[in-house]
Amino acid sequence: MIGQLTKAERQYALLILLGIGLCGLILGIASKDDPLGIHGALIGIAALAGVFKVISIYYDPEPDDERLTRYYDDPTKFGIILAMIWAVFGLFIGDWVAWLLVKPDFTFDAGWASFGRLRPVHTTSVLFGFGGNALIATSYYVLQRTSRARLPDQLSPWFVLLGYNLFCVLAVTGYMMGITQSKEYAEPEWYADIWLLVVWVVYFAIYLRTLARRKEPHIYVANWYYMAFILVIAILHIVNNLAVPVSFGSAKSYSLFSGVQDAMTEWWYGHNAVAFFLTAGFLGMMYYFVPVRAGRPIYSYRMSIISFWGITFFYMWAGSHHLHYTALPQWVQTLGMTFSLMLLIPSWASAANALLTLNGAWDKVRDDATLRFMMVAAVFYGITTFEGSFLAIRSVNSLSHYTDWTVGHVHAGALGWVAMITFGSIYTIVPWLWKRDRMYSPRLVEVHFWLALAGAVVYVFAMWNSGIIQGLMWRTYNESGTLAYSFVDSLIAMRPYYIARAIGGLLFLIGGIVGAYNIWMTIKTESKVLPESGADAPEPVLGGEAVLQPGE
Amino acid sequence: MDLGHGTLVWFSKSFGLFYLIALSIITAAYAYWPSNKKVFDHAAKSVLRNEDEPWR
Repeated sequence: MIGQLTKAERQYALLILLGIGLCGLILGIASKDDPLGIHGALIGIAALAGVFKVISIYYDPEPDDERLTRYYDDPTKFGIILAMIWAVFGLFIGDWVAWLLVKPDFTFDAGWASFGRLRPVHTTSVLFGFGGNALIATSYYVLQRTSRARLPDQLSPWFVLLGYNLFCVLAVTGYMMGITQSKEYAEPEWYADIWLLVVWVVYFAIYLRTLARRKEPHIYVANWYYMAFILVIAILHIVNNLAVPVSFGSAKSYSLFSGVQDAMTEWWYGHNAVAFFLTAGFLGMMYYFVPVRAGRPIYSYRMSIISFWGITFFYMWAGSHHLHYTALPQWVQTLGMTFSLMLLIPSWASAANALLTLNGAWDKVRDDATLRFMMVAAVFYGITTFEGSFLAIRSVNSLSHYTDWTVGHVHAGALGWVAMITFGSIYTIVPWLWKRDRMYSPRLVEVHFWLALAGAVVYVFAMWNSGIIQGLMWRTYNESGTLAYSFVDSLIAMRPYYIARAIGGLLFLIGGIVGAYNIWMTIKTESKVLPESGADAPEPVLGGEAVLQPGE
Repeated sequence: MDLGHGTLVWFSKSFGLFYLIALSIITAAYAYWPSNKKVFDHAAKSVLRNEDEPWR
């Protein structure tokens, strides 16, 4: 995988790894009895493994200049594999905690296996592990193709990809040990945050350096979205994680903010993580892979620009809708609500742009499960953004807040939009990256599609029902003016929906496993023409007319 | 300098409003500027070109 590194890059890699190892050692020594010591050791072991890997290829012949006539796709390939591993792991943990809500005893008698620790393991694994790796991997691919320039060097893409995964591992193992700064979606502690910042700056630099070498004078819109994702996540990450550690030998830190400022900063971060991680980045994916897979240019390039600036400027102000009916000043709540409502326009423009691009290619959508993944993603994107604007209205929020409706809304976005567009993009990219005619089994892509769609629909409907019933039960008064139902009454009413939700999640997990198997077999198996229909056959060359046969 | 609640509210409600209107106008003008049409049409088709190697 890293055989293309030049001699100088191998030396730099060793230096960087030694530096990382040294940091791990210092953390380990400084920590004494603190759980931070385990993370110091983990960082040291990761660096050591990297040193061994680089030494193993150190005396291999250097790559020749012929490599510069091709794009550099090795990190993309590895990133796709990592994304699928995180997907299966994160979905598994997610379904486990879903069953835990059905049957609270369904766990081990240990701190790491409690709901409160497993839940952030799930969210970090699926959002940052699966989503983040998919974004990094596809962004390298899209950036090079749309700029017609090779990545500027071969070391920094690896640094970003592997460094990012080290962050994810630190995060997930930290939660299990009880290390958290208790900020939703920003749980990792100060040392992991500093490390992510270093990685992220290098990531942004790769983007700028490649764009500086581009052939096309105009930067294709997908790159705008990817860049907004990288740049804004850096800003959010820095501001929300401003904190002072207890000491350099302690994992614990205290935020610079307190009270309602802390809440506002956290949800400014939290909702923009939805906006720029889970929306802008994946829209970048959509604006490249939907046109390429459908073999048609985007319906309206102008609309993509207007929606880009709309999303970028409106989302920044929407976070306060998470804090309706709190100590936050009323006008800030109203501001968040208003911007959330305005967001519907650029969001629907993006969803419509994708669907209108497919208009005229519905035969391909029917026959090709990969394209259907992307079509369904655009539909879910439209549904979820409408729902989001609706839930941000203060009076609606009084019913929905703190209920499962929010959970349903998030999963409509995460399962229906983020995961579907990612699976569609991965199924498009895998045969190209590994130079195969098509996926190992088009039929398994079809199976995955239906499992994912069924799982997402079952999940979302269960949570809609559960959430609205919860909200209504919590605000029902009897004749004497007291609450008609106790909290336990509402819990009992939730049970059937929790079972349905866990089954929906299970379907989605099985789909993910089928997808991972199919991708693995595509990589392992040399190209050959399979007897079944070639419904998933990709274009042999980029942009060629797809030759599709009717599906089964 | 007084950077109290009142000042911030005033700033958000005055500057914030006009800044947003100005941005909307600039974005729409950029998107619909007639001479940009060719650039955008070219960009939209550029991802479909059958050419899979970098120029450098």
